[in-house]
Amino acid sequence: MIRARGLGRRFGAKRVLRDLDLEVPTGGFLLVTGANGSGKSTLLALIAGLLAPTEGEVDVELPRERIGYLAHEPLVYRELTALENLDLYGRLYHVPERRETIGALLERFGLWEARHQRVGSYSRGMQQRLALCRVLLHDPELLLLDEPYSGLDASAQTLVDDVLAESVGTRTLVVASHDPEHVGPLSTQALALA
Amino acid sequence: MTYFADVAALARKDILLELRSRDTLPAMLLFVVSALVVFHFSLPSDASATASTGLLWIALLFTALLGLGRAFSAEREQRVLDGLVLAPCDRSAIWLAKSLGVLAFLGVAEAVALPAYALFFGPVGWELVAAIVLADIGLAAVGTLLAAMAAASRARELLLPLLFLPLVIPVVVGGVGATVVEDPGRYLGFLALYDLIFAILSWASFEYVVAE
Repeated sequence: MIRARGLGRRFGAKRVLRDLDLEVPTGGFLLVTGANGSGKSTLLALIAGLLAPTEGEVDVELPRERIGYLAHEPLVYRELTALENLDLYGRLYHVPERRETIGALLERFGLWEARHQRVGSYSRGMQQRLALCRVLLHDPELLLLDEPYSGLDASAQTLVDDVLAESVGTRTLVVASHDPEHVGPLSTQALALA
Repeated sequence: MTYFADVAALARKDILLELRSRDTLPAMLLFVVSALVVFHFSLPSDASATASTGLLWIALLFTALLGLGRAFSAEREQRVLDGLVLAPCDRSAIWLAKSLGVLAFLGVAEAVALPAYALFFGPVGWELVAAIVLADIGLAAVGTLLAAMAAASRARELLLPLLFLPLVIPVVVGGVGATVVEDPGRYLGFLALYDLIFAILSWASFEYVVAE
């Protein structure tokens, strides 16, 4: 499913990743840990195809419509409402029964009441929950989650736990976290970046 | 048809964003009218039609530049472009939708600018309107591509005019030419050819601009 050989990435003179080999099988769960600046986010962006490697290669045997990518930013428009943002992504991903799917996700992540509010007025935790809705909207086969618990309160963290638990075995997961206590027991592989 | 549905969804989003934020169109309108007022008072009363037409084109060019500078601001501030690039739609749909948005904003700005021009300088002929319509297509096509390139750069405010102005010199040549000669057909044809070539080039190269 995901194969990297000699993967490396530089930003100017700064080398963030070096000579990384990894293989994540379909249905596998890779937990990526490491301190800030160790290259966790860069690795996820390389797998997502948002960055090109400067050394080596990474292959993902999936078209990009089958990938769900949770970044540090929610990747939604602040001037649009949650509903409008998800509707846009739903159209671009050609989600079947778009409205029902969006409604169910907003309900599940506790954003239904705030669906007509502009995202700019959302708290960090609400934006993270909306980002999770965006990521799950098209039912991806590969989930790339960069610090999924960031900004979430205890109840929302439980929602992420549920998403991860139900995805184990049915989706391939790559989760980057510097706080692995939530996801550690579920993962099948671990990668510690220095 | 899916391609055009994607373009429609993205263009609708751009119009909605502008209606909500109102941070591009009002600035373009204010700028173009202000520029024409300044030109009106700085140009001698016996100045030729060629001079006033030239100044109109300068005003329109910089109005377009003002709009293009904001074209990808929403995507840049929230890194939303990453989300759009990951979506399975053809990446050129992002360019086409954004170009249509820029074209619409330019059209509104000119709907205000042309009556102001008529008031300050003289009548607006059909050849001027035709030249502006054709020029807008080229400005939006090239400008949107360059705005996307500049948005990825830290020196974006500097980069966009440096790339944009040299590339649109033919638009000014064609636009002014079409409005000062007796037979504007040759210049209008030149503008149409510019639109065709640069729209195809921009459409085909946008993928490489946004894919890092």
